[in-house]
Amino acid sequence: MVEMPSIDRERCNGCGLCIRVCYCKALTLVDNVVIIVETEECGWCTQCEAVCPTNAISCPFEIVIEE
Amino acid sequence: MAVQVELLKSITYFSGLPLNELGRIKDLIFEKAADKGELVLFEGKPAEVLYFIVSGVVKVFKTSADGKEQTLYFMRPDESFNDVSVLVGGQNMANAGALVPVVLYGIRKDDLEAVIRDYPQVARNVILALSQKVERLVSLVENLSFRHVPGRVAKILLEYAGDMDGRKPRLTHQEMAAIAGTAREMIGRALKVIEEEGAVRLERQRIVITDKEALQEMAGVAT
Repeated sequence: MVEMPSIDRERCNGCGLCIRVCYCKALTLVDNVVIIVETEECGWCTQCEAVCPTNAISCPFEIVIEE
Repeated sequence: MAVQVELLKSITYFSGLPLNELGRIKDLIFEKAADKGELVLFEGKPAEVLYFIVSGVVKVFKTSADGKEQTLYFMRPDESFNDVSVLVGGQNMANAGALVPVVLYGIRKDDLEAVIRDYPQVARNVILALSQKVERLVSLVENLSFRHVPGRVAKILLEYAGDMDGRKPRLTHQEMAAIAGTAREMIGRALKVIEEEGAVRLERQRIVITDKEALQEMAGVAT
């Protein structure tokens, strides 16, 4: 299973900007709310998070020290 | 769920108190749960409740009139927030929101004042808790004043690295920007600079610190 960016459906205003910037076509609009489809192609570029005007998308990073 | 004395013991405010005293204080404390993303405090509203974190992580932040956000603290279990506003009186000085599902213990202003009056150990603990907050704010001022953005980001990476017990949250670029006091766009660039210096390796969903000393040097902190 591939973890994907998370979407806060309450915040999403359905503007579709994230769909336009997503290079792997993981995002789609259903009933005016963005939903995300799991795909190995997602490289966590964070562009969807960057363009979201309502901060509805999160692409968090884990910070670790190499052993 | 009922407030548990065992959990009160580990909160800085109540450290060192005997069980019988904790048992009495327990009756003044109430529990509150919040979902991820839920705001538990609103800036400008009357400061009525001091909160302690039982589980989860809470972000304390201020918002400017044009919507910019500055993170002041990430608060973790056993820590408190809204202390200054409640003790000074007046309004909440900042917003607070749950980064993950959280459980909080709260105490109302009047009850807190009574506890501080009746239990000298609590008064001493409050001084310690407030001093720790001042220390963190001085560190934030230092960061905003003296460090370039890559240096600020390097410091954030050092502060949030490791700790696999979940007490340190994963961070988005937006959250790093809010801590560093800069625009989100600067974070990606800063991370690239740090990667080019060989201090980190950027992976999908992970920032791996490969050279801690180099990162400390960029952050301007003593090794």
